[in-house]
Amino acid sequence: MSQKVVKKLEKEFGDKILAKDDFRGDDEVTIALGSWVKAAEFLKSDPDCAMDHFGDLTAVDWPEREAEGGERFDLVLYLRSVEKKHRIFLRARVADGKKAPTLTPVYPGANWAEREVYDMFGIEFADHPDLRRILMYEEFEGFPLRKDYPIDKAQPLVEYRDVDDTLKLPPFGIEEGQPFGRIDWEGRLEGVGEQVSPSIGLQTGERRALSDSEVAEEQAAKLAEAGEAAEGAE
Amino acid sequence: MEPIDEILTETEALDLPTEPMRLNMGPSHPAMHGTIRMVLDLDGETILNVDVQPGYLHRGFEKSCERGTYAQVYPYADRLNYVSPMLNNVGFSLACEKLLGIEVPERCAYYRVLLGELARICDHFTCNGASAMELGAMTPFLWLLKVRDWIWDILEKETGARMTHSFGRIGGMAAPPTPGFKEDVRAILPEIRKVVGEAEGMLLKNRIFLDRTQGIGILSKERALALGVTGPMLRSTGVAYDVRKDHPYSLYDRFDFDVPVGTDGDNWDRFMVRMEEIRQSMRIIEQALEQMPDEGPINVEDPRIMLPEKREVYDTIEATIAHFKLVMEGLKPPKGRVYSMIEAGNGELGFYIVSDGSGTPYRVRVRPPCWFNLQASREMLIGDMIADIVPTFGSVNMIGGECDR
Repeated sequence: MSQKVVKKLEKEFGDKILAKDDFRGDDEVTIALGSWVKAAEFLKSDPDCAMDHFGDLTAVDWPEREAEGGERFDLVLYLRSVEKKHRIFLRARVADGKKAPTLTPVYPGANWAEREVYDMFGIEFADHPDLRRILMYEEFEGFPLRKDYPIDKAQPLVEYRDVDDTLKLPPFGIEEGQPFGRIDWEGRLEGVGEQVSPSIGLQTGERRALSDSEVAEEQAAKLAEAGEAAEGAE
Repeated sequence: MEPIDEILTETEALDLPTEPMRLNMGPSHPAMHGTIRMVLDLDGETILNVDVQPGYLHRGFEKSCERGTYAQVYPYADRLNYVSPMLNNVGFSLACEKLLGIEVPERCAYYRVLLGELARICDHFTCNGASAMELGAMTPFLWLLKVRDWIWDILEKETGARMTHSFGRIGGMAAPPTPGFKEDVRAILPEIRKVVGEAEGMLLKNRIFLDRTQGIGILSKERALALGVTGPMLRSTGVAYDVRKDHPYSLYDRFDFDVPVGTDGDNWDRFMVRMEEIRQSMRIIEQALEQMPDEGPINVEDPRIMLPEKREVYDTIEATIAHFKLVMEGLKPPKGRVYSMIEAGNGELGFYIVSDGSGTPYRVRVRPPCWFNLQASREMLIGDMIADIVPTFGSVNMIGGECDR
């Protein structure tokens, strides 16, 4: 189906091509990781290939290959051309712990796909603009699609997420954002005389902002105390 | 009395400090089209930046596939796109058959085309109906969902389940078509056509609907291609890419149908492309009904792939052994990897299956169309108003089950 593209790749990259396969008509070319981005660029810009449509990027884990001295992961890139109606699979091998080059400058569609590969396999992409977990949460331990991750593994409970510790865009922190009620019962019972919630107090100048460093320290000390008390009770 | 604006110009300009407001939308929001979280940076009502965070419906589909047999993937596949589960069934069957190198009998292929196109009509009706409802049009929603119910009645009669059918099998279908299948489908076609006309009559000249869809959520052709967008969303930008036309699978090269395309890639175009695709699907169904043979086998005759007849399992030891081996060990495809794709409701649904020669898939990767469509939605939303999120997301038709897997 796309033998022409395979031949072009062979001509352009020569000994960088490690293997070829056309099982059931899906042409696949294994290429050295060093030429990964160059090959994608070539496929996109070459007028005979014209692979303008990003298909998919995924990975396959082969842990047994590592014992034989090979690289553990296969990266699989799937591209196609709308105009020429052909498609091709590119494959590259990545060792565990080694960074792969990112394809996002060539195909912006690779952004989420690479994030997913990182999330599921733990393959990091060098120079990726936004490499963070996408399907799992930040505190997830391990990489679920690796073969050595048991399917019934339990994850530890996650503590209340603090703003500084997460790489995601911050969710609302412990004492930030909109209060649940307008009446500040804590303040009222303490006899401070504030009838409204902290944020409304803030607006009327009765309270200091939480971003004020002193208040934040107080808050942290309070939390630490509460934590110690809870530990002591146990 | 002096006009107010004069007072303002005379006095010093109000120099109020402004900063973008960060707003959290989702993951569970009544107006959201699925379970998804968006963190918005807003300037007034204008969206400056948006971070779309999927993953709230992640069930570990791909990991779950690596622990059972090939046949055990079907119930999971149903739950990928739960609006058109039959298309997922067909897609996974085709991928496994490609891996095995077999082809199903013609009657089965027609049956799959018919059920698949009915599911597609369902999908498009649900999407368009829901988008209209989210803009306040309740009547079109109910009218369009009425059709979905008719189709579900047919699917229930054929498969036994209204929604998650698990009806596909590797090398065939779970059951042959019921005797009245063709008549049932023929009976609802004119009714569907009527409803399409009614819905268009209600919406297409509605000022509110026009204002909120035209020119909103625009995606350019080049960006759509580079971002991997497929399906009605890609066609609305003007690229006539349809897997059924460009890489015909099953019997789609035998049917005469058109691929509708839009021009601007806005919400309006996506709505119209889906409406037109319903008509084209009906054309395919009409032709398939004509061509489909009434007699003939529905499954491949290969005891290594298909389960034997239940009667024989009880009566003969050979069939019992075959049944046992297929259920316990599963069928064993040759070593290799295949990629098979179909045109699902939202675009190209691909299954990338790696086999190591055993009865369990080594790796099943789904290429979910929603994943890439959703990725593109960030660019479509930036610069629009916060109220435009709802119609834009409605027309992207993000299906959480498929996107998060």
